[in-house]
Amino acid sequence: MPVEPPVETPRDLPEAFRLLALAPRTPIAGGTDLMVRITGEIGSPPDQVLDLSRLDELRGIALAGGQLTVGALTTYAEIRRSGLVARSLPVLAEAAATVGAVQIQNRGTLGGNIANASPAGDTLPLLLALEAVIEVGGPRGERSIPADQFWIAYRTTALAPDELVLRVRIPLVEARQVRFRKVGTRRAQAISKVVLALAWEQADRKDRWGHVRLALGSVADRPIRARSTELYLEGSRATLETADGAAETVAAEIRPIDDVRSTADYRRQVTARILHRIIRDAGGW
Amino acid sequence: MTAIRFLVNGAPVELEAPGMRRLLDVLREDLGLTGTKEGCGEGECGACSVILDGEVVVSCLVPACQVDGRIIRTVEGLAARTPDGRILDDLQAAFLATGGAQCGMCTPGMLLSARVYLDAGGGPDEDAIREAIAGNLCRCTGYTKIIEAIALAAETGRRPAGA
Repeated sequence: MPVEPPVETPRDLPEAFRLLALAPRTPIAGGTDLMVRITGEIGSPPDQVLDLSRLDELRGIALAGGQLTVGALTTYAEIRRSGLVARSLPVLAEAAATVGAVQIQNRGTLGGNIANASPAGDTLPLLLALEAVIEVGGPRGERSIPADQFWIAYRTTALAPDELVLRVRIPLVEARQVRFRKVGTRRAQAISKVVLALAWEQADRKDRWGHVRLALGSVADRPIRARSTELYLEGSRATLETADGAAETVAAEIRPIDDVRSTADYRRQVTARILHRIIRDAGGW
Repeated sequence: MTAIRFLVNGAPVELEAPGMRRLLDVLREDLGLTGTKEGCGEGECGACSVILDGEVVVSCLVPACQVDGRIIRTVEGLAARTPDGRILDDLQAAFLATGGAQCGMCTPGMLLSARVYLDAGGGPDEDAIREAIAGNLCRCTGYTKIIEAIALAAETGRRPAGA
């Protein structure tokens, strides 16, 4: 039988923060990662758990001030169903649709994906490419952490032990193009071998690319930005020469590893190939 | 221990259980509802799927503290109870008709994923059925007969009453 650690279910955020001020507690939202840990097969089970499921202030999706705000407890299924997401940031629904299958999408939350900090977390490269800001809070108040400062080491976040992920703010940018690709063993229920998210700004198809952001998952100990490749793409046009050069640059930039899901060589080649294809499609050649 | 109240297959249930007990264990061990199967125990295989407030979830990943006040449907709740006994759900009848079950381990989860799919208006389209059961692994059938069964139930359900 799995371990059944003690759990508290606060009714609102102030109560949750009071509990976190007393002792460290491992949060549970949709449980798709933590409930595996209590079986003891992956890592050690938590000593004490904080059940976030009643914190309704952390649910929902809103659009205001040119930003999409997604509450930490919003599930992938809710993101897929959201009319706001479909109209303002359809790539987020596209990414949510690649997570697990329907059972996982009904339970797993965006905040959980962020806090669990898996290097293979499906949505994390997209949040990096979109320059999302992660709002966190605890007994000492709230603060905002840019996505590229959030995952600081292997499965380690910038969260203090008494802090929770509250919501994610994603700036919406006119003329921004975004592409997302996940490669796994099969389409559903696969942990990624490579996740790639690419964003750039472009007034029209002939225009040079600006503000290029390229983020990758499953190729390092955490989700990363590929900054050399971003620089290479900055100011370029979507030509064959650009695609070849960007593919070569990203293959040289990343240091993936061999593990149970894939090999370093496969990951490097696939990352380069996906990027090449996205640039080709963007160039329409 | 926490007092937890919820509805299972229409019947109210109240029990004392550790809040982090898996819903799967509450159903099988505490309530004796062994129709729900444990496959992998880590949310990969879908054998323990149940319907929670109308959505299909894997019960190995749901802690008991999160089902308080909610509505659960398991495979035992699919067949309708009548004074003359039980009448199989369209899906159960279709699985029998097409040979959609072999060892039976995945069947309860398949039935419940398919039930939610059909209740949401899903039709006999193969790609849509494959997506609906993508979280349910079957090691026997190769899926073909399961997909046939769900498509058949979709057709049966659409037929006007008495047809």
